Amino acid sequence: MSAAEPATLPEPGASGEALLRVEDLRVEFPSEDGVVHAVDGITYQVFPGKTLGIVGESGSGKTVSSLTTLGLTRLQGANVSGRILFEGRDLVALSDGEMRTIRGNDIAMIFQDPLSALHPLYSVGKQLIETMQAHHSVPKKQAKERAIELLGLVGIPDPKRRVDAFPHEYSGGMRQRAMIAMALANEPKLLIADEPTTALDVTVQAQILALMERLQSELGMAIIIITHDLGVVAEMADDIAVMYAGRIVETASADAVFSNPEHPYTWGLLKSIPRLEADRSELLVPIPGTPPSLINRPSGCHFHPRCAYAQPDHSRIDPALEPVPGDPGHYVACLLEAEVRRKIWAELQEGARPQEAIAEVGLEDTAPGLEETSG
Amino acid sequence: MTAYVIRRVLWGIALLVIVCALTFILFRVLPTGNPAVLRAGRDPQPHLIKEIERVLGLDKSLPTQFWDYLKGVFLHFNFGYSYYSQQSVITLIKERLPATISLAVGAGIIWVVAGLSVGIVSALKPRSLWDRTAMGTALVLISAPEFWLALIALLLFSEDIGKFKILPGAGSYVPISQDPWQWFTSLIMPWFVLAAGSAAIFARLMRGSLIETMKEDYIRTARAKGLSERRVVRQGVRAAINPIVTLLALEIGVLLGGAVLVETVFNIPGVGRLAYNAIVHSDFEVIQGTVLLASMFIIIANIVADIAYAYLDPRVRYA
Repeated sequence: MSAAEPATLPEPGASGEALLRVEDLRVEFPSEDGVVHAVDGITYQVFPGKTLGIVGESGSGKTVSSLTTLGLTRLQGANVSGRILFEGRDLVALSDGEMRTIRGNDIAMIFQDPLSALHPLYSVGKQLIETMQAHHSVPKKQAKERAIELLGLVGIPDPKRRVDAFPHEYSGGMRQRAMIAMALANEPKLLIADEPTTALDVTVQAQILALMERLQSELGMAIIIITHDLGVVAEMADDIAVMYAGRIVETASADAVFSNPEHPYTWGLLKSIPRLEADRSELLVPIPGTPPSLINRPSGCHFHPRCAYAQPDHSRIDPALEPVPGDPGHYVACLLEAEVRRKIWAELQEGARPQEAIAEVGLEDTAPGLEETSG
Repeated sequence: MTAYVIRRVLWGIALLVIVCALTFILFRVLPTGNPAVLRAGRDPQPHLIKEIERVLGLDKSLPTQFWDYLKGVFLHFNFGYSYYSQQSVITLIKERLPATISLAVGAGIIWVVAGLSVGIVSALKPRSLWDRTAMGTALVLISAPEFWLALIALLLFSEDIGKFKILPGAGSYVPISQDPWQWFTSLIMPWFVLAAGSAAIFARLMRGSLIETMKEDYIRTARAKGLSERRVVRQGVRAAINPIVTLLALEIGVLLGGAVLVETVFNIPGVGRLAYNAIVHSDFEVIQGTVLLASMFIIIANIVADIAYAYLDPRVRYA
């Protein structure tokens, strides 16, 4: 087990009461090889009408934490602890039956691959109608009219005809639009979008994101957008939480994360995105290595085996999520001194490579497996 | 779709001609009992055998015999006459069809209902005690031949030789028009024996198919929408049943084959026993007739299954 971190809770911002407040959430799956610590004590909140971006590599626990919010992981036999307060009710403590009345109604979710997420043998209209009828007693005729209206709302051309079509008759972008329509059917207060654009063409991605933003401003719902793509959150998110190995390693407003990132992992994410306006001689710096196993996690700071700036004692000390001095609302779990981090980021922004930055700030270069890789 | 159906029906007819030819070759060209010898009595004079062969048309060349047979079947719907009883094959089959239909329909219902429901329950609680018991039993039933199961059933439950004398035994079949209750009770054992193997195969297929389906993303979506677990399972079953429909048609052939044995053991006067007796008596015309009838059923079942598949799965379109 990891050293238990105190549940450092970011203070509520200007927007008042949080819609969703996740406190020290842990999700563990028993498996044949040992316990999988999929989510390990995360704390975050989402405010009404705002967007939270959860960023991380695959296997960082971002999807599991959201499925847990919907009560779907416990159906798979996960051990869930901590609290998920939605409008003041603790979802972890609710019964399966009570949880079902919230799923698809107050909290809706859309998934990565819309083709496999839609039932292949039912028409899109039928799938929309059953979503409504699962929560409200709506006469079939009225439900169908509403289904047509919803398809129109998400920008599907000729919805009157399309409502009877099957998912395989839709294009990829239209399928994701249909998924969004289904999620909106009961006017949820919170929409969780799990990699909503990953399976789509780039041009369609932008359309889907624009659609989600438009619907958010029209319907006033909060959104959690889960992605590995910082470009997506840059466009949409008000706040960002960066997850690594089941934990949040940095959280702040989107502006703060992009202008003053504090965690070496966040630096890695930012430095590995190609930018059009960048000098062409500037090399992309990938994050070396692969995400750790969630059964046998690295000791100390879970990121230390892949961190260019790790110091010898970082493999022993487990960092807690702590406020960044002088930047309210910004939290980071890193063992480096705040001063040192600031200097390194300044060096990196000037195009220095990690090794050069280390030399500049006078750290010990212990970087394991960080080979020169040209982008 | 219409073009597809017409093409399938034409292929079906071609297939029937091929089946005809194969049974013809199987029973007349390969050494089997000569029906003329069988009918001539003990120590027959050669000229008597010759005479019988002439009456039965066996003296003509094989291609001529085959051609005459095909002409009879396709032009006059005449399947010939039994060597044994001199009755027309059509009449013989017509008389026995109700018994076979009674047996096959009842067994078919048990097969599908028991197979699918056991499979579904097992899939929803995989590796539970129920699942292990059901799948173990299924394995035994798949491996056991029908005639053996039939004898065991008789030894256990029949009124005459059974350990628990609760059901009418062999030879108790009466037509439904004569005594519906006895018709029903006499068929209970044959139905279960005939359905056992197919039901067991279907239980295992359905279990596997549903376990896979319940892992699909759209099942997760159904749950995320807040559908009740009952509706979620229904969506899973709806998708899991599709690949099994095609196998339904294939399994009908196995069921008809089993009917021959079950009718024989339980002494039910159906087409299956007619075929069995015809084989014993080298009654070529009757063999041909029953084989053609069975092939026709299997071909029709396959066409129906393929058409049903297009209705069940909107992604499938035939042209």
